Amino acid sequence: MLQLVLFNVTNGLIIGSFYVLMALGVAMILNLSNVINFAHGNFLALGGYFAFIMIPYTGFWIALIVAPLLVALLGYIIEQLMVRRVYSRDPVYSLLLTFGLSFIIQDLCRYFWGPNGLPLTVPDSLSQALSSDLFFITGYRVFMMTIVVVSVVGLFSFLRYTRMGIRIRAGTLDLDTVAALGINVRLLRTFNFAVGIYLAGLAGVLAGGQIGLNPNMGDDLLLPAFIAIIVGGVGSLTGTLLGGLLIGVASALTTVVYPSAQDAVIYVIMALVLLIRPRGLMGEEGMFT
Amino acid sequence: MSVTTTTTTKLRQPRPALPEWTMPAVIWVVLLSAPLWLSLVGGYTALASHVVVMALVAMALNFLLGFTGVMSFGHAAYFGLGAYGTGLTLRYLSDSTWFAMLNGILLGGIAGTLLGTLICRRRGVYFAMVTIAFGQIFYYIAYRWDSFTGGYDGLRGFSRQPLGIGPWTIDIQGNGTLFYYFVLAVFAVCVALMAFLLRSPFGRTLIAIRENQRRAQFLGIAVDKHIWLSFSISCFFASTAGALYALLNNFADPTALNYTISGVIVIMVVMGGMRNFWGPLVGAAIYVVLQDYISSMTQNWMSFIGLLFVMVVMFFPSGILGMLKRRATT
Repeated sequence: MLQLVLFNVTNGLIIGSFYVLMALGVAMILNLSNVINFAHGNFLALGGYFAFIMIPYTGFWIALIVAPLLVALLGYIIEQLMVRRVYSRDPVYSLLLTFGLSFIIQDLCRYFWGPNGLPLTVPDSLSQALSSDLFFITGYRVFMMTIVVVSVVGLFSFLRYTRMGIRIRAGTLDLDTVAALGINVRLLRTFNFAVGIYLAGLAGVLAGGQIGLNPNMGDDLLLPAFIAIIVGGVGSLTGTLLGGLLIGVASALTTVVYPSAQDAVIYVIMALVLLIRPRGLMGEEGMFT
Repeated sequence: MSVTTTTTTKLRQPRPALPEWTMPAVIWVVLLSAPLWLSLVGGYTALASHVVVMALVAMALNFLLGFTGVMSFGHAAYFGLGAYGTGLTLRYLSDSTWFAMLNGILLGGIAGTLLGTLICRRRGVYFAMVTIAFGQIFYYIAYRWDSFTGGYDGLRGFSRQPLGIGPWTIDIQGNGTLFYYFVLAVFAVCVALMAFLLRSPFGRTLIAIRENQRRAQFLGIAVDKHIWLSFSISCFFASTAGALYALLNNFADPTALNYTISGVIVIMVVMGGMRNFWGPLVGAAIYVVLQDYISSMTQNWMSFIGLLFVMVVMFFPSGILGMLKRRATT
């Protein structure tokens, strides 16, 4: 029993860490630019596919570094060409725009790489189980968690200690004042968008190694990412982090008791949070409502 | 002096304004006569019924989006619930089309009303996000509970039954044209109700909330309650459309509940023209016909639909009727 619970908690943390990477990207873009990026899951899939193309030539390690950067570059181009133009408009337009982009990217992935799943090869050194008792803790899973932890810590220290990061945080609180202080808000938003997309690309490479690649792999992560943001509290990245881990572990533990409710439980959590504490676990009163 | 006045009057010569009833008159003539000319332009009656059904759900959304200023991205849920409610009743409970429709409408409407109490705690983009998330619940239920709902393959094994009205029966089962007129009649009732609501003091209050929520609040309007009511009403109309959708296809599938359809409903509204009462009808007609055409031409229809979304947002943000209106006034 203990092993079963441990097994599911591990699974929950793994899936939760994907939710976190995804949700942090969505939340950064949402907080600063008020844009819900529907195409985030498709950028994630692109990260996986870019790595898939690169691995035969460069090996896994370089792909892990370069593929997310390429996705971020693509995100930058799309932001410059399209998303930037809808920032000042009614939010319905940014939603529709990213929605359309999500259709296009998904269809292109299907066109180029086929509708079926593809495996992403992971180095042998990572794919063994660490011990026979805890067979479910493979090297790759430990590695994945490490990368997620490193990137989350990296992101938070970037936001806390660098000038750019402080500007981004200030911008989420009051963009007008930030602009009035002479900071190039346009550049700030572009950079912020690219960072968010980078996180999606990174999550895509990692997820590809774990569950394989398919054109809609990001769609299943998009909704949980939204829920993580709502549960954690809009405007708070720490909240998003906690929210993602919470729903990941909660849905994995539900699998032990009642497997068919594993999707439902995260919605129950969201409903409870909205009922009892509408601003979310870490959200601040009166902000962002 | 006299010269300048003549030139200004010449320049300002206003185009003779069309009377206000022109638009509805044209629309109703087109809709009522559709079965007569549709086959001449390569259409078919079921396509026309599909357009009217989607127009109804888009107008239901526009009640919320265009006239209350609140963005729901989860209307597929209530649309789909209407469809499932109708289909499940016909399959398991009764062979009365009326009863089935009633059940579908109540299922979607009541679900929307109840969830609305939670959803209306958020505003702006976050309102949209919560509607998407809650909308997905029903998708997962329909998808997982396959012994009851047919799961991934959708709910089959039912068909619309002839309608009984007093001593008469109308054979909407076999006769597609009669069914089209039945759909149109339901559409007309719903549209009349929506127009009535929007002209009432209640509807004016909604528009006031759309224009300036904070000011409406200062005037003593219970903003939260009004948004919730508007959301519930909109869900009831959306589930009515869903009920018709199930009858149209004799089929209810889980993708009708998915947020993709919510996005499609929103694009219909925006493409036709938000804030314009008839806009969603135009948007729905264009979307349904275009999708029918493109998906018969190419497998990659998703790219084209996605491109349509992008084009509408980038180049036609005020929608077709919005553009026509602007051209008429300037």
